[in-house]
Amino acid sequence: MNLHEYQARALLKAAGVPVPDGDVASTPEEVEAIARRIAGTVVVKAQVHAGGRGKAGGVKLAKTPEEARDHASRILGMTIKGLIVQKVLVVPAADIAHEAYVGLIMDRESQRPVFMVSPAGGIDIEEVAAKTPEKILRLAVDPRYGLLPHQAQRLGFFLYDDVAKVRAAARIMEQLYGVFMANGATLAEINPMVTTTEGKVVALDAKISIDDNELDRRPDLAGLRDETAEDPAEVEARRAGLTFIKLDGNVGCVVNGAGLAMATMDLVKYWGGEPANFLDIGGSSNPEKVVNALRIITRDPSVKAILFNIFGGITRTDDVANGIKTALAEFPVQVPIVVRLTGTNEAEAVRILQGIGMTALSDMDDAVQRVVKLAQEAA
Amino acid sequence: MSIFINNETRLVVQGITGRDGSFHTRQAIEYGTRVVAGVTPGKGGQQFDGTVPIFNAVADAVREAGANTSVIYVPPTLAAGAIAEAADAGVRLIVCITEGIPVVDMMRVMPFVREKGVRLIGPNCPGLISPGQSKVGIIPGAIVTPGRVGLVSRSGTLTYEVVNHLTRNGIGQSTCVGIGGDPIIGTNFIDVLSAFQADPDTDAIVMMGEIGGTDEQKAAEFVKAHLTKPVIGFIAGQTAPPGRRMGHAGAIISGSSGTAAEKMAAFRDHGIAVMERPVDVVKLVRERLGH
Repeated sequence: MNLHEYQARALLKAAGVPVPDGDVASTPEEVEAIARRIAGTVVVKAQVHAGGRGKAGGVKLAKTPEEARDHASRILGMTIKGLIVQKVLVVPAADIAHEAYVGLIMDRESQRPVFMVSPAGGIDIEEVAAKTPEKILRLAVDPRYGLLPHQAQRLGFFLYDDVAKVRAAARIMEQLYGVFMANGATLAEINPMVTTTEGKVVALDAKISIDDNELDRRPDLAGLRDETAEDPAEVEARRAGLTFIKLDGNVGCVVNGAGLAMATMDLVKYWGGEPANFLDIGGSSNPEKVVNALRIITRDPSVKAILFNIFGGITRTDDVANGIKTALAEFPVQVPIVVRLTGTNEAEAVRILQGIGMTALSDMDDAVQRVVKLAQEAA
Repeated sequence: MSIFINNETRLVVQGITGRDGSFHTRQAIEYGTRVVAGVTPGKGGQQFDGTVPIFNAVADAVREAGANTSVIYVPPTLAAGAIAEAADAGVRLIVCITEGIPVVDMMRVMPFVREKGVRLIGPNCPGLISPGQSKVGIIPGAIVTPGRVGLVSRSGTLTYEVVNHLTRNGIGQSTCVGIGGDPIIGTNFIDVLSAFQADPDTDAIVMMGEIGGTDEQKAAEFVKAHLTKPVIGFIAGQTAPPGRRMGHAGAIISGSSGTAAEKMAAFRDHGIAVMERPVDVVKLVRERLGH
């Protein structure tokens, strides 16, 4: 789960990381009031889960509170990469002397949190990494011992010469590591970490991603989820225990297991069709999940045919068949459904489907070819 | 033979009285797996289904029932603790089926597992099966048959799909291993590939990958450098949309986008035959084995 900049900033601030003054707002009037309190030039920043906010016109400098309000009235409600801006962050414009990059990531390979820092911060950090890798220092932390003082200092010395700044940076590294581990983050990034003309080290912008597996035991973090920033169908699916991602095609897919779901989409494409979605009903058997899956998929008007691809293991295929039966009794499905199922309790599933006048295929390629043909005929 | 498990495997089930644990224990026993013990703290001294002794701790199951392998079906927030307990108790293989373990928990427990010299498979995996010998985890016994093809996969049901094609076409398997799809896993492709290479009863290997990360690319390099047995590969997710990426650290650390196209190219460049569809496994295995 990605946090907004203002949420990430709040976590860092609570841990003692120096962040600029400022506040979050959702109306132009609130923005004006914040700008008036800050008294000086401010930056109004769109809060959306997308990169390139500046280039899209979502970050604006304002010399007066009135100007801040005007910018806010344009930025609030604007669409950046398909996401509507609901909130803006208002911060004082900083006197930037230097921009550094600080990233901390859960690294799959070393299985540890790994710091990556660079004195060449700002938006082009990936180019820095590709062209001048010597400008990036990587440091893996042993989670048993945490970030040791000399390691934090080494990171600081890679960024600055001045020892006061080195110490300030080292303290920020320790605080960032603390936030990362205490909140089950998979990514925590300060970019840029700036030094001001007065010589202070400040976290100007921050990004934090929280491990989704952390949310069940951390309602405080789960409460930070901004569902308005997501596709409504994806939100509904998550509440129903499904993983759903909307795509552009017209063949709806209901599959058990993420790998098989991806392979099913690939096969739809292979046979000349276009998948309308990724949908994984997960491992457990529950007819209600199937009902919800069908409800979500049939709401998409671009879907012309629906494919069920179920390989029963933990998932009982008779539960899936019962789910289809229940759904068809509850609401009309106007598009053809092709069912492929095999595995646990297959005979019973076939019997249930036959009872409602449906047939089940046992081969994945056969089923995909049939559903693609039906979708093309209907399109 | 097989890799990691065989008819010498003596299994202890952690979470044997839970919903998933009890269901899959019965399936494993039915398949012929030697389930020698179960663990549910507080239920020590009872019997599971009147046949399997339950202990309060894995150490008791090792000492009193001779367990050498553990399978874990406990809830996500308790699972890393269960892994540590099994590692401490002296089993030589731990298979963790549990899905949804916080990654911070896995990061903390992995150094302990390595220190103890125990192999962990998973978490968030279907486990493994050596057909005709032993089944540890949830791979359905009905879709496998004994033979000489080894299979390693990041997926669950997609593995079943491919194994099913092999079995229906008379191509048996030595061992099928699901390594799991989580960011931090105990056993990776390379570990399993080297075990299959060393197994005299495995002639060819099927490797099933997915988009994301760079494990498949590294495995491809390993295949070229160290394997003499033919390898057939598949990557799921050719049509998956690129994730809404956040921050720069992921791209910097891997230097890769982890797309299916990139991984399939890495397979081809390193001599791995690439399946376009799951059904291709039959044709490619036969070709590579000269059947």
